Amino acid sequence: MKITGTEISGDAVEVSGAEIVVKCLQAEGVEYIFGYPGGAVLFIYDELFKQDKVRHVLVRHEQAAAHAADAYSRASQKVGVCLVTSGPGVTNAVTGIATAYMDSIPMVILSGQVPTHAIGQDAFQEVDAVGITRPCVKHNFLVKDVRELAATIKKAFVIASTGRPGPVLVDIPKDVTVAKTPFHYPDSAAMRSYNPVTKGHPGQIKKAAQLILEAKRPMIYSGGGVILSDSAPLLARLVKTLGFPVTNTLMGLGGYPGDDRQFLGMLGMHGTYEANMAMQHCDVLVAVGARFDDRVIGNPGHFGQVPRKIIHIDVDPSSISKRVKVDVPIVGHVPDVLEELLRQLEPQAAKVDQKALAAWWAQIELWRGRDCLRYDRASAIIKPQLVVEKLYEVTKGDAFITSDVGQHQMWAAQFYKFAKPRRWINSGGLGTMGVGLPYAMGAQLANPGATVACVTGEASFTMCIQELSTCKQYRLPLKIVLLNNRYMGMVRQWQQFFHGNRYSESYMDALPDFVKLAESFGHVGMRIEKPGDVEGALKEAFARKNDLVFMDFLTDQTENVYPMVPGGKGLSEMILSEEL
Amino acid sequence: MNAPSPYTLPFVETKAMRHIISILLENESGALSRVAGLFSARGYNIESLTVAPTEDPSLSRMTIVTTGSDDVIEQITKQLNKLIEVVKLVDLSEAAHIERELMLIKVRAAGKDREEMKRMADIFRGRIIDVTESTYTIELTGDGTKLDAFIEALDKTAILETVRTGASGIARGERVLRV
Ligand SMILES: Cc1ncc(C[n+]2csc(CCOP(=O)(O)OP(=O)(O)O)c2C)c(N)n1
Repeated sequence: MKITGTEISGDAVEVSGAEIVVKCLQAEGVEYIFGYPGGAVLFIYDELFKQDKVRHVLVRHEQAAAHAADAYSRASQKVGVCLVTSGPGVTNAVTGIATAYMDSIPMVILSGQVPTHAIGQDAFQEVDAVGITRPCVKHNFLVKDVRELAATIKKAFVIASTGRPGPVLVDIPKDVTVAKTPFHYPDSAAMRSYNPVTKGHPGQIKKAAQLILEAKRPMIYSGGGVILSDSAPLLARLVKTLGFPVTNTLMGLGGYPGDDRQFLGMLGMHGTYEANMAMQHCDVLVAVGARFDDRVIGNPGHFGQVPRKIIHIDVDPSSISKRVKVDVPIVGHVPDVLEELLRQLEPQAAKVDQKALAAWWAQIELWRGRDCLRYDRASAIIKPQLVVEKLYEVTKGDAFITSDVGQHQMWAAQFYKFAKPRRWINSGGLGTMGVGLPYAMGAQLANPGATVACVTGEASFTMCIQELSTCKQYRLPLKIVLLNNRYMGMVRQWQQFFHGNRYSESYMDALPDFVKLAESFGHVGMRIEKPGDVEGALKEAFARKNDLVFMDFLTDQTENVYPMVPGGKGLSEMILSEEL
Repeated sequence: MNAPSPYTLPFVETKAMRHIISILLENESGALSRVAGLFSARGYNIESLTVAPTEDPSLSRMTIVTTGSDDVIEQITKQLNKLIEVVKLVDLSEAAHIERELMLIKVRAAGKDREEMKRMADIFRGRIIDVTESTYTIELTGDGTKLDAFIEALDKTAILETVRTGASGIARGERVLRV
């Protein structure tokens, strides 16, 4: 690799590896580092102690360090950074790293390692961090020579944040943090084997424009790539220019304003009726930064039964024609491609077949008329959907919402109409229970002063509950919205639908008193048991600007998420609430 | 609706074919396990894998023989290209190429079989590179089928040991794989 760079410390004074680590983070403009100390990283902690530019957030479990760094990135478009010690520090972080990997989140994980001479000796707290994380990182490094440390950290930041982003781990043996060398931080890292594409192929973009203008039943389908590449304004311009319907994946929510008439809602397994039907029946599909994964297209064969032309814009060539074959692949950085596509389309927008488009919209409105997200508003028990609807109203749609994994996640996705990108923070790819609270911590630190709420389930929340302590220490005034159905609701739903109502191990017995629990951590706790109290409780909670408020909503235990496309079924084969 | 578009049909599983993929990768520790890990993690086949540094010691040249349908091979090459250490790769099977594999085989060669064994080695253009009173060690190069044929031609009970390197490949003509 070629390093070009400036010398930061002017003279050739030798500094330790630990100091180099901290200087690199400073040079990268890292504001927060989430971590947990231990033997292998003590010298790095010592250097952190001596400065105040990079602020360290002490989590209570390394999994949360990775999740919080991940969410910090999602909510800010910067690279998230975490620091863990060797052995159990790294293994605890693996779930967080894999979670970030599946959602393509730019993150740098610094892990301590036993001294180089002890590697391979089954030393105390030794694990093969590079080996363990290899399948769940974009790349990783073991730094054996202090002279390579700064350049490696630079590479890590470059690789994490360019192309299809992802986590990069840098494993640093303890002796490397002690060894000394002059510090130079390169300002770029050119690698002959790493050159992510940017501009899409002009010929392909031209073909795409042609197809788009000939469409009779068009559909735009966008995913997490639009969020990650900050292309939401360009997507909105495309949708508005053409007058086409648009849907977002779970990862893509906020990529297009959720309250706009052209927005059909989320698609996929728990997508809306209108989004799934339009996806299935369109004749020209424009996929932008989305990957036709199995939670969107459960059955590629069924999807292929309707003739349609597919244009697929993605920065990762391996995402194209992986599950669904496409007609016009465009490999490129989403904003560059959209920019060029708009340049070609805008002068010709009048060529869109307005008659056909009007007929298509009439069909879509019929589908929309099914009101697939309807639920019993007169219920005497709190319906979880009601809580999310009221949350949306009380926060005026302007909060950062994190979620865990389960039914509550789907209701949050369906009922909170995200107006802006990076406001919806959840684990879409790995589906990791426990992310909700650490995600909220990362989002809050990235956006001090903003409203951050975590919509969670009692089973998920319990998985990283120790972080309530971190929230106290750093005075994070999060609002926890617990949809407490005393079940692993999503598991219970599958057992009801597909396993003959045998609720094997999905009942959450012996739950704590969450109000007292929150109070014991020094927070405010509330229990809400009646639908009539939901709005008032939310208002009261969000008015407490400086407190973490834990709201335990006792919700309907039997409520299910609709619509539902059962696994392996076609998009139009949805189970709707009215059919049960 | 008209006939289904040929494009959006579910992948018609094309027949699994043998492919020989040549890769230039950074000669760094860990690069090999990244490639091998990719194959096992994604469930791709590896029939053989050979790797050694090139004339430029910063680069290794790897040859992987795999089988898969067209879609699978497309994914394999895309996924390999995503690995940071992979500098360049080519699917040699897409055009004319040469494959060679080296086999070392130790056979029983005593009494009346001794002469016959030497004759077989000659027919296959093998070289006897080590000799004891009762054994020969034969070196044989060729493509995989030639080596298979040699083994087939021998009396099974005469074979004491075989070592094969797996295929190495290079394009015919002026096509080259280099940075
Ligand atoms: C770490 C982890 N373990 C198991 C699962 C499988 N799983 C998916 S949803 C779910 C239940 C979640 O229950 P809860 O958090 O109470 O949310 P609810 O579905 O009731 O809203 C489980 C166990 C998972 N996604 N993540």
